[in-house]
Amino acid sequence: MPLLDVRNLSVEFKTADGQFRAVDRVDVQVDVGDVLAIVGESGSGKSVSMLAVMGLLPWTATVSADAIEFDGEDLMGIGASRRRAIVGRDMAMIFQEPMSSLNPCFTIGFQIREALKAHLSLSRSQRQARAIELLEQVGLPEPERRLKAYPHQLSGGMSQRVMIAMAIACKPRLLIADEPTTALDVTIQAQILELLLELQQSTGMALVLITHDMGVVAETAQRVSVQYAGQKVEEQSVRSLFADAHHPYTHALLSALPERAHSKKLPSIPGVVPGQFDRPSGCLFSPRCAFADERCHSIPPTPKAAEYGHARCHYPLVDGVPGAQAQDPL
Amino acid sequence: MSNTIQAPLIRAENLSRHYEVAGGLFSKSASVKALSNASFELYSGKTLAVVGESGCGKSTLARVVTMIETPTSGVLDLEGHLISPDNVLSDDERGQLRASVQIVFQDPFGSLNPRQSIGRILEEPLLINRPNLSAPERQVKAREMLELTGLRPEHYGRYPHMFSGGQRQRIAVARALMLNPRILVLDEPVSALDLSIQSQILNLLVDLQARLGLAYLFISHDLSVVRHMADDVMVMYLGRVVESGSAEAVFSSPRHPYTQALLSATPIADPTHQQKRIHLKGELPSPLNPPAGCAFNPRCWKRESRCISEAPLLEQTDGHKVACYFPLS
Repeated sequence: MPLLDVRNLSVEFKTADGQFRAVDRVDVQVDVGDVLAIVGESGSGKSVSMLAVMGLLPWTATVSADAIEFDGEDLMGIGASRRRAIVGRDMAMIFQEPMSSLNPCFTIGFQIREALKAHLSLSRSQRQARAIELLEQVGLPEPERRLKAYPHQLSGGMSQRVMIAMAIACKPRLLIADEPTTALDVTIQAQILELLLELQQSTGMALVLITHDMGVVAETAQRVSVQYAGQKVEEQSVRSLFADAHHPYTHALLSALPERAHSKKLPSIPGVVPGQFDRPSGCLFSPRCAFADERCHSIPPTPKAAEYGHARCHYPLVDGVPGAQAQDPL
Repeated sequence: MSNTIQAPLIRAENLSRHYEVAGGLFSKSASVKALSNASFELYSGKTLAVVGESGCGKSTLARVVTMIETPTSGVLDLEGHLISPDNVLSDDERGQLRASVQIVFQDPFGSLNPRQSIGRILEEPLLINRPNLSAPERQVKAREMLELTGLRPEHYGRYPHMFSGGQRQRIAVARALMLNPRILVLDEPVSALDLSIQSQILNLLVDLQARLGLAYLFISHDLSVVRHMADDVMVMYLGRVVESGSAEAVFSSPRHPYTQALLSATPIADPTHQQKRIHLKGELPSPLNPPAGCAFNPRCWKRESRCISEAPLLEQTDGHKVACYFPLS
């Protein structure tokens, strides 16, 4: 049984112009010890789907799903207090902007000890000891002095380390990292990613990494799920995804990377991601797809079998060309 | 740079920009050396990329080259016009020079006035710098530019909020080209854009450069983009140039430890690629209080006593220039 099992998750937002579906029938399965990367461009629903799992969406959002289960426990039916007991202890999340995620009015130590106080029954001195231990674990020098520091006294990389320390304070079994390194410089990014992977390996927790950077995906993840305009369009192990992407979107995205280019002219994807009002009726990628035909423009495709990377496409690619028409796995 | 027939469009010699930080009641005033002794040449039709982490002075360099800031020492030679602290240009001359150096900013959402239509945004540079043009002439030029940058004629009357990030960046490029500049400073032009849009804009830039013979000063922290675009590369650290040379030479055989670390820290989009990563300890020091000697020495693994006592100069080694006492081979 997977640690996190999300089936058929949809999230809709009430906007002034009617309902907007930000996440559209997404499945996520994460096992113990897994490193799953969710990639997609802005507006692909990658953050919203994980916020829905954590129960952190505002009231304007309507979440519907066949199941959202964490460690066998249904997260949809539980009350607020039970959810608070799980979120922050067994599953934790870190966000893109470390500088704005920390409360500027309190010291680092206070904020770390607060997480411990909320979830574990430790004495004051035990909490202090654990906070020092945590800062050591995330590689901050002089932890005792740092605990007395305020967020504005730390750099971006250090703030992100503090965020990670808070997230792993209660030894979570699932850590969701939402673009943890996007706001950081490359050399600091390398340090933070390394730290996350080290922690993942030493504690055996599952790690979900939300990112838009294909380089980060290739270097850290075991499994990749690609999202486009709210839908999951493909899921594969990282090696096979980069070797042979089955969905035309993934394929086009990978060939648009400057480092994979063969000429000065990059292969690019025409057009833009569909928004609220111009969602096509068939396949969502069909207006931008090089291989789309009449069927793609009218009938929404369903996910294909695992050998085609669960590609949500009528004609999944094999070695960059549309293969024989794949059968629906039913 | 063996191009001797053509004169460089930009020649910078020991260009520096220091900022005085006023002291308070109890603190002495200090000087932030945002840019120290940068020298380079930029030729028509070529791209010089400036790479480095935040705080390395790459945006200050852009501001000096576009004449938003004046250098505090050194000489900037823009198409034969000298700009230096002792040679103040007349407003007229500066105005003309500014028309030939234009800039495209990182954030296309912040750099376009939301209350102006696209036509108005594009015509504004002409209105200011070409007062002799009539309104219909301006409009013709603006429409030509829309076409050149891959926008549609009906976009002329629309407003910035009606466009996506990629289209806005096209508008920003179109605006920069309105005065027929010969030099375009691109300050992180694609870092705010999604991957699928990024390649569209990069293609547009490559295409425009080939068509108009533009010189690009390309500022970016994304090394894979730089590798794709640049002819020459300049690596900066804490306001100083630590390595410069042809893109080929810098990327294939980096000599400065910082360049090597930067290259090894950049994630490669290939899961089969096994990269030996150089672990850099610590973070960028504050430019207010830079370390003595080589600025990189607190994080460097090849440090020796000489690195702490005196700063190395940028010296020619085989192929390119490095500022290091113990360059790697």
